[in-house]
Amino acid sequence: MSLHTVAKEPFIRIAKREGCTVRRSILVYFLGLLGGLLVSAVIIMLITGLNPLEVYASMLRGTLDFEAIAQGKWNKLWYALRDTALLLCIGVGLAPAFKMRFWNIGAEGQMLMGGLVSAACMINLSDLPNPLLLLIMAAASIAAGALWGFLPAVFKAKFGTNETLFTLMMNYIAIQAVELAVDIFDKKQSHSVGVINLLTEKGWMPDLLGQDYLWNLIIAAALAVCMYVYLKYTKHGYEISVVGDSVNTARYAGINVKKVIVRTMLISGAICGLAGFVEVSAISHTISKSTAGGRGFTAIIVAWLAKFNTFVMALISLLLVFLDKGAVAISSDFGLNDYISQMITGVILFFILGCEFFTGYRVIFRRKAGSAGKAPAEGENA
Amino acid sequence: MLMTIANLVALITNSVLFGTVIMLGCCGEILTEKSGNLNLGVPGVMYLGGIASLAGCYAYESGCAAKGTTPAGYLCVIIALVCGFAAAALGGLLYSFITVTLRANQNVTGLALTIFGAGTANFFGGLIMQKSGGVGTINLSATAQAFRAQIPFLPKNWGVVSEVLFSYGAMVYAAVILAVAMSLFLSKTRAGLNLRAVGESPATADAAGIRVGRCKYLSTCVGAGICGLGGVFYIMYYIKGMWANDGYIEALGWLAVALVIFTGWRPVNAIWGSYLFGVCYWVYTCMPEAVSRFLASTLGLTQITYTQNLYKMLPYIATILVLIIGSIRQKKENQAPQSLGLSYFREER
Amino acid sequence: MDNPVAVRMTGVTKAFGSVVANRDVCLEIRRGEVLSLLGENGSGKTTLMNMLSGIYFPDAGEITVNGTPVTIRSPKDAFALGIGMIHQHFKLVDVFTAAENVMLGVRGKDRSVRETAERIKEICAKYGFEVDPRQKVYDMSVSQKQTLEIVKVLYRGADVLILDEPTAVLTPQETQKLFAVIRNMKADGKAVVIITHKLNEVMEISDRVAILRRGEHIATVSTCDTSPAQLTEMMVGQKVSLNIHRAEPANVRPALRVEGLSVVREDGVRVLTDVSFTANAGEILGIAGISGCGQKELLESVAGLQKTEKGSIIYYPEGDETGTELVGKQPGEIRRLGISLSFVPEDRLGMGLVGSMGMTGNMMLKNYGDSRSFFLENRKPRELAQRIKDELEVSAEGLSTPVRRLSGGNVQKVLVGREIASSPSVLMTAYAVRGLDINTSYTIYNLLNKQKERGAAVIYVGEDLDVLLELSDRILVLCGGRVNGIVDARSATKEEVGALMTNLEENGEEEKE
Repeated sequence: MSLHTVAKEPFIRIAKREGCTVRRSILVYFLGLLGGLLVSAVIIMLITGLNPLEVYASMLRGTLDFEAIAQGKWNKLWYALRDTALLLCIGVGLAPAFKMRFWNIGAEGQMLMGGLVSAACMINLSDLPNPLLLLIMAAASIAAGALWGFLPAVFKAKFGTNETLFTLMMNYIAIQAVELAVDIFDKKQSHSVGVINLLTEKGWMPDLLGQDYLWNLIIAAALAVCMYVYLKYTKHGYEISVVGDSVNTARYAGINVKKVIVRTMLISGAICGLAGFVEVSAISHTISKSTAGGRGFTAIIVAWLAKFNTFVMALISLLLVFLDKGAVAISSDFGLNDYISQMITGVILFFILGCEFFTGYRVIFRRKAGSAGKAPAEGENA
Repeated sequence: MLMTIANLVALITNSVLFGTVIMLGCCGEILTEKSGNLNLGVPGVMYLGGIASLAGCYAYESGCAAKGTTPAGYLCVIIALVCGFAAAALGGLLYSFITVTLRANQNVTGLALTIFGAGTANFFGGLIMQKSGGVGTINLSATAQAFRAQIPFLPKNWGVVSEVLFSYGAMVYAAVILAVAMSLFLSKTRAGLNLRAVGESPATADAAGIRVGRCKYLSTCVGAGICGLGGVFYIMYYIKGMWANDGYIEALGWLAVALVIFTGWRPVNAIWGSYLFGVCYWVYTCMPEAVSRFLASTLGLTQITYTQNLYKMLPYIATILVLIIGSIRQKKENQAPQSLGLSYFREER
Repeated sequence: MDNPVAVRMTGVTKAFGSVVANRDVCLEIRRGEVLSLLGENGSGKTTLMNMLSGIYFPDAGEITVNGTPVTIRSPKDAFALGIGMIHQHFKLVDVFTAAENVMLGVRGKDRSVRETAERIKEICAKYGFEVDPRQKVYDMSVSQKQTLEIVKVLYRGADVLILDEPTAVLTPQETQKLFAVIRNMKADGKAVVIITHKLNEVMEISDRVAILRRGEHIATVSTCDTSPAQLTEMMVGQKVSLNIHRAEPANVRPALRVEGLSVVREDGVRVLTDVSFTANAGEILGIAGISGCGQKELLESVAGLQKTEKGSIIYYPEGDETGTELVGKQPGEIRRLGISLSFVPEDRLGMGLVGSMGMTGNMMLKNYGDSRSFFLENRKPRELAQRIKDELEVSAEGLSTPVRRLSGGNVQKVLVGREIASSPSVLMTAYAVRGLDINTSYTIYNLLNKQKERGAAVIYVGEDLDVLLELSDRILVLCGGRVNGIVDARSATKEEVGALMTNLEENGEEEKE
């Protein structure tokens, strides 16, 4: 073979990879994460001119502040776990919808509506005994979230209406509804309801074993386990998988696709609504348009990256919360505003998303001139 | 508040300005989607465009202020447009790299881009605000003025007609021209034909010798750049050279994405579609007071103006209605490009 | 006398993951000659040619065009070298017109659509095609699309034409037309390669035959020096009998009667008009027709997947003269009535199976809902999956390996295995052997014959007329959504059936039983 032709071979080629070992994918994602961290550190360095190691140390302190822990203060870790639990809740809610290939971008709105009705119950039913009130709040938030999931599902099932934009628009309607409701609840014209029932703590999730946020963890863990079982071992879960794989196959199998879409979105919306209840009752005790705070979007990525395995979701949620807390710590330590956490989350997400490529494809670099044409499938490279 | 001519004129001009933002976003997204890339990062790239133009003009204007010279209007405009376009196109480049080269899921990547763009813009917006002395202190008056400068030779003395048709800055007209030009590009030129082929069937385009990857990259980057101009217009024209981290650009970005479906992937339809969305948004200024009073008392609101939050649902509800109606009567000609949202790999078997 | 060599491939190798599609293949393509590339499905014919057309890049080997070593990195490079390929799955943009499709990606030649159209007419006149430049592709028939593909390649000035299974979707008459065109091109000095697995066509059209088996080049022979038997042997590796064992129908009784069935698709296109026939238990009813003339909708109507406009579909269980009306019933309802209706659809992974699930998950697709429990029952499906895997020799890593990762033949075995496992009283198959190698095809034929002998009413929609004539007892011929005749498969000839496929006769309902 003449050197001339070899030199014209493309420098980089891409070929499909058949199957990917678990070890390899873990390695790939780990490297991707590392790359994301490196790049975000470089960005912070460029902005602040700080030593990257200091930045990382500060980041770690966002979750694990060893000095405080030495004094017996576990606050930051609890906050991180609390936020992880909330993110996981929403992710668990989204899992069935996404497994069905229903792009529910509306977790934000479903959660807001859940939070809104919870807050409404707290304000208007504060005379009820607390356990009853909590139950009513939970039920109401489930219903509100389910309604917000139901509407796009019905139109998707009936007319094939684009659910991505429908659910998205439902978010904004929910935001306006919350703003409207805040003005209704609050008679002081301050556009804020403040902390609800600050003195009576009515409708507040009680602490458990002296921990404020243990309930949050229990709820999230229970939901994660139930959802795992639901998706994997029940007929409903089976139907969701079939519909998600191919609607035609589902019809062929005699599955009522419309029913499955609506039912699944009711569940998805309900769980996201419940997450709103958790936020209002067990964390913030207030309601505003930033109650959901973009978690509905982050949770989509959590669910997607975990391939709908709720246990992996817990890990990814923890990771994202860790990053978020770290970025907030950096911003407060170095006097930056905390939008930096969103930026860093974005960077890391890009890296993790890009990583998927290396589990499904392999890159083949141009062979050296001498060794050309020897054996197939050489030059494997991550 | 009575429905007066002045009210109506204000409604129309406001709607046109509002519409221009999403028209630019929509046109950019149509160009992107025609190549088969569904970029849900429109809000993100609009943010990037907005913040980059703000940063560029802030540097220029404060530099002039330090030197004691007056900033030149045309330079302000050029800096804003170039910075905005470039930053947004870079966002598009990032998106293309991840979805076209690395073949990641387009929806998720788009959402990540939105998160990233919003974070980056608000972060730097915060930095600039801090630098300029606190919240609400950024005021790029020279740039805003230059953007808002009316076109000299258009008649100004035709009363209402002038106000409704000729009272805008050049960019409003430029957006309309862009929409028309893009329609012509897509339907009449060979490059447009090739681009559409890529979006319809990348395998066909590839077999015909069109470089699919390059085409996707190019249209996504230019499309994102145009979306970014929407961000520039919002910052420099709509809110007059200020910065606010109220998440408003994000909402506009999503409306732009929704508008794409509304237009049936035809940029000319974006012209009236976007103005219509604008009317939906601003129509509350023309709501009869009796209605507002009735609503306020029914809902238990302390102020009549608080009913605004109810009216502001309108554009979103309208969008939903548009989506539903569009899905009920589907036509073959107005459909999304066939391979929209799918990544292409030549050696796929 | 040897014609000048246009393309020479030496030592070409290509692997997909662990599967080697081509190993060390050497091939010569000559001008003014038709070369047949013969091999079973999966023997690497298309892969080899895709390396010439720039779709795949070889892992190793050398390609020379007109004596110069070249590197073909993309279809663009291939066009520059004068190589054009007509793919089996047409590469056309549906919403574009013929002219727009032709001018796609061509740079600096004709500028306007009008000039392109002129040029298309010239090409058509030269080789004897008919193409309307302004017609949209979605309005075209399959053979029109194929013609357009050929025009597209010629328009770009290709002098090496590769046709991938060009006759698979054509009627015998259309095939003859195509062959005439190919002869014109050959006379014009072009090099033509035809990828095929049909021996009679090889004998008819080609000058030389290159045989591939499992990715390796076995031999290249002159057509005049060989025989179909010899070619088969080289293609398959061992002598196989081409006869399908066909038992005489026994205990024939009507099992399914379709009466005046008309179907209008969701997009408003009428696909079936007044179709009437009876499928008998203990018989195989073949359905012939050019592709897209209502076969798919017919089977889907019976299966409850297609809305019908009018007509009735009545199922008769054994010993029941009144029967059950199936029109208006969903697949689930039909199942719950206790009617064992099996359907092997054309789109195996898009309709018959769940690609992301393993064999076990796919076994329960139709009966997962039978038990009352909220949870899935896994044991029986797993046993069934294991049984099918053993009996039909499905090569899969495990029962939970996603079926999408299996090869085409194995996917079909899983699907047919499941459908037969429920001992159906009506078994419908659409293109059951498409894309399968000869051995697997025969496995499927045998399974169908066993079902017939067991007493099932088998409906076999096929595209290969030879197989239809050998496998079926009766053949129903569809043309343009109408029944154009039902013939006895034992006495009918290929030409007869071919004629019925293309020309709608006045008295189309006439049955020859």
